Amino acid sequence: MSPAVMEISPYLVLIFVGFLPNEIWRLLGLVLARRLNEGAEVLVWVRAVATAILAGVIGKLIFFPAGALTSVPLAVRIGALAVGLLAFVVIRRSVFAGVAVGEAALIAGALLFSF
Amino acid sequence: MPPESDSASTAPAFARGFAFAWRSVFAYVLFGTFVGIGALGHDFGFSLPWMLLSTALIWAAPAQVILISALGTGAGAIEAAIAVALSGVRLLPMVVALLPMLRAEGTRTRDLVLPAHFTAISMWVESLRLLPSIPREHRIAFCNGLSVGLVLSAVVATAAGFYLAGTLPRVYAAALLFLTPLSFTVSVVRNSHVLVDRLAFAFGLVLAPILATLNVDLDLLWSGVVGGTLAYLIYRWRRAVR
Repeated sequence: MSPAVMEISPYLVLIFVGFLPNEIWRLLGLVLARRLNEGAEVLVWVRAVATAILAGVIGKLIFFPAGALTSVPLAVRIGALAVGLLAFVVIRRSVFAGVAVGEAALIAGALLFSF
Repeated sequence: MPPESDSASTAPAFARGFAFAWRSVFAYVLFGTFVGIGALGHDFGFSLPWMLLSTALIWAAPAQVILISALGTGAGAIEAAIAVALSGVRLLPMVVALLPMLRAEGTRTRDLVLPAHFTAISMWVESLRLLPSIPREHRIAFCNGLSVGLVLSAVVATAAGFYLAGTLPRVYAAALLFLTPLSFTVSVVRNSHVLVDRLAFAFGLVLAPILATLNVDLDLLWSGVVGGTLAYLIYRWRRAVR
């Protein structure tokens, strides 16, 4: 760990480097949402932007993963995602089933092709 | 409304939200994800109390991973703070979309501070799905209960991961990292009943990796604004044609 930064006080660093730079967006959202009603047309757009960003997070995690997931081939990552979605559709639209089967597919694929 | 009747009506709603957390796939997905984050923090030499506090305060896995790895690899405070702030932009539209669903007659802005803090992808996805079936005056308490359940799962998992660090086989470490994209995808597919949400999801999924490959700055922000706006315009056009 970087002693220069962390020696000041790890908890001050947590507040000023980790907590506040993240929390500022939530507080800004709180201010911007004050005048909006649930039926406001602009919220359809805001929700679309939020959903697209969420999808972007997923896309980046699949195509540019971090840590141990980098050693699993891209084809296995995409395949496991597809298998999980298929399981979700087939098994009574259960999210639990989709996640469990998708994870099993990833582990099987990883063991076959990379580990 | 007098405080007595207020607390009498909010306690069951809070408890209901808390109970719902354990029926959500995210209680378990977060557990797995934060086992990974706890192990990461241990490997970079952070203390357990610091890790637990950072899970509860930051309450956004990407920001926390960025903070831990930036500080752990010796990045400067300013540099780390900017990276954390960039990762947090997604929270703004989520809070703006969520809070109007929580507001009832007589709701004060300060009542919404806690739900705003608790806003994260997991809580947002579940709130948008569950809130329409909750009476409006109970929504804030329900949301807080749901969030406390999810945060609790993440905090306990952070501790578990801290102690498990180094013992986890690499294939399971990979599987833990796969939990987030997999569970988000399945949940969003379940929750997207309207065209605009489905389009926004598809556009974002395609745009972000393309922009990242092209090394565009703020790739996530752009894929959100461009993908979301495109989805919204198509929705407007379809509505006008009908």
